Amino acid sequence: MAVLVDKDTRLCVAGITGREGSFHTLNNRTYGTNVVGGVTPGKGGQDVEGIPVFDSWAEAMSEVRPNTAMIFVPPRFAADAILEAAAAGVALVVTITEGIPAHDELRVYNTLLRDHPGTRLIGPNCPGILSPGKANVGIIPASFFKPGNVGVVSRSGTLTYQIGNEIAQAGFGCSSIVGIGGDPVPGSSFVDVLALFEEDGETELVVLSGEIGGSAEEEAAEYIDQSMSKPVVAYIAGFTAPAGKQMGHAGAIVSGSAGTAAAKAEALEAHGVRVGRTPTEAASIAVEVLGGASAAPA
Amino acid sequence: MDLLEYQGKQLFARHGLKVSSGRAVTNVDDAVAAAGEVGYPVVVKAQVLIGGRGKAGGVKLASDEAEAREHATDILGMDIRGHIVRTLWIEHASDIASEYYASVLLDRSAKKPLVMFSVEGGVDIEEVAEKTPEKLVRSHVDPLAGLSREQAVQIATAGEADADVIDGVADALVALYEVWIQEDATLAEINPLIVTPERDVRALDSKVSLDGNALYRHPENQELSDAENEDPIERRAKEEGVQYVKLDGDIGILGNGAGLVMSTLDVVAQAGGSPANFLDAGGGSDAEKIEQAVQLILANHAVRAVLFNIFGGITRCDEVATGLIAAFGELGPEEKAIPFVVRLDGTNDAEGRRLLSEANLPNVHPAATMNEAAEKVVALAAHPAEGHAGAGVAG
Repeated sequence: MAVLVDKDTRLCVAGITGREGSFHTLNNRTYGTNVVGGVTPGKGGQDVEGIPVFDSWAEAMSEVRPNTAMIFVPPRFAADAILEAAAAGVALVVTITEGIPAHDELRVYNTLLRDHPGTRLIGPNCPGILSPGKANVGIIPASFFKPGNVGVVSRSGTLTYQIGNEIAQAGFGCSSIVGIGGDPVPGSSFVDVLALFEEDGETELVVLSGEIGGSAEEEAAEYIDQSMSKPVVAYIAGFTAPAGKQMGHAGAIVSGSAGTAAAKAEALEAHGVRVGRTPTEAASIAVEVLGGASAAPA
Repeated sequence: MDLLEYQGKQLFARHGLKVSSGRAVTNVDDAVAAAGEVGYPVVVKAQVLIGGRGKAGGVKLASDEAEAREHATDILGMDIRGHIVRTLWIEHASDIASEYYASVLLDRSAKKPLVMFSVEGGVDIEEVAEKTPEKLVRSHVDPLAGLSREQAVQIATAGEADADVIDGVADALVALYEVWIQEDATLAEINPLIVTPERDVRALDSKVSLDGNALYRHPENQELSDAENEDPIERRAKEEGVQYVKLDGDIGILGNGAGLVMSTLDVVAQAGGSPANFLDAGGGSDAEKIEQAVQLILANHAVRAVLFNIFGGITRCDEVATGLIAAFGELGPEEKAIPFVVRLDGTNDAEGRRLLSEANLPNVHPAATMNEAAEKVVALAAHPAEGHAGAGVAG
């Protein structure tokens, strides 16, 4: 097992005919993901290396029955693409696009909740989901990961690779790696993904990688304490970030006294979650909990 | 993108929210002329993106021309906690019967807009929220429906606004929500929202943040970005499309991915160093972008050592190495004396390391891990002449 994407995934890609979209779609297919189609309005009937392109999600749904959508279109078209895929009945929408206006994200989140409760959104502004050995949907460099029992959920892409790589070097693999994205209104939160890992038979431990801004880590801390039986190890980035400055991600900003890394680490520790002070330390705690030889200390 | 008070008020006025008439000026003579136009008494207000201006002496009442001149002279150029006052807002002084508070913001936790209202305005609202939370009304809005007048009236009533201004407050809340939604704001705040003796409800101050990702929908707002108060290197970075934040230290940082860069800053600080900047070269950076980033980092003359922390996913390590080598070719002799510590992992890392080693750059030090890189760069920033100082200087 794994979460969200696996051998049953049938992927269809919005923006498949763009430069980035085609590159990563083909990468995903090479990895073994079942890519059944793409959607680009006006380019229906064409194909990308044998992958059929449709004009609309409704058409794609009736022709190739995708259960997963990947959104690669520019920010100003992304909200409509997500909602169109959901309206066509796609159960999982993974949005890679970065730079979507916050109000569009609010509209999408609340529209899905009201009109398409059966559709789960991951992202926007995320690296996607990788279930090693099964499927890769997005831009996560799969070569660093192998199958195993560690679940990873993160707001940041490269930080995930950093931690995941250290765990891999200690001899452990991952069930799934889920990037939830660095935007202010993510479609799925830490809590949503933690719940999936709790239910997943393959996952024995979860690594949560958070960062400054918002209160998703604090909410996760409470959830872990109350509802999870599996161990969770955390890392938080942004201890040195000054208040009021946006650190790259649109969601990574400390406002007033809220959203600091220190407050998040404290909340997690208060709920019994061990927090690594560096990515290396987080990885070695995970390895220790899994019963492996501890990675070289920092 | 944070707006100055007067810019926020101009947006308020655009959406029918009442504000006092005023003028924005940048020199003393214009300030005096503006005061004459809006009519004495006037308030001379420093326009800076930081709270606590009043306490710092940046807001003064003037009842005649001599006072207006004196206050404008004092406040222009004033340093308010690191923010130099370059613009004044000259506004006709308002008579105040009550000071309320109103705001609309994005509640990230509930994933809905949140309207807040209190009759305890004119003070720090976080203090009100903490000490007398019952006096701060919080009401979520369905973003698909918007703020109805009924809900606005309910909020004003629940907050115990004076009975004769419930309508006025509700109008102000609806207008403020319009500002928030129409202008793609992430925050629209009025503190204080005043009631005049004539029972007029008006915004006496403004705090507005706009979503930079939505600026393409608002070409008229693009010029509101406060270039004068922005750090010149940050402004240049923005023009070049690079995510750069200037910090106070002496170690330049470059990484790929916002999370990894934030983490790099932390690890450098833990090793006893002090980062000079945040710079996210982004995914898939090519050699040219790396070259550009090196120039931005070194534009800050406080930088004494630089750390490259790359974990290549989409970014290819050989591209990073090529960019670094090209950048070194362009550096002056003084800049070449600045040591670089480079950690390359991930896609094409072996090729990247080979390119760097063949280029044999005089002052580039490879590091195998993120922690080792941090310790090395901290040691080199402290003692640049010692070259490969290794670990152990942290403290």
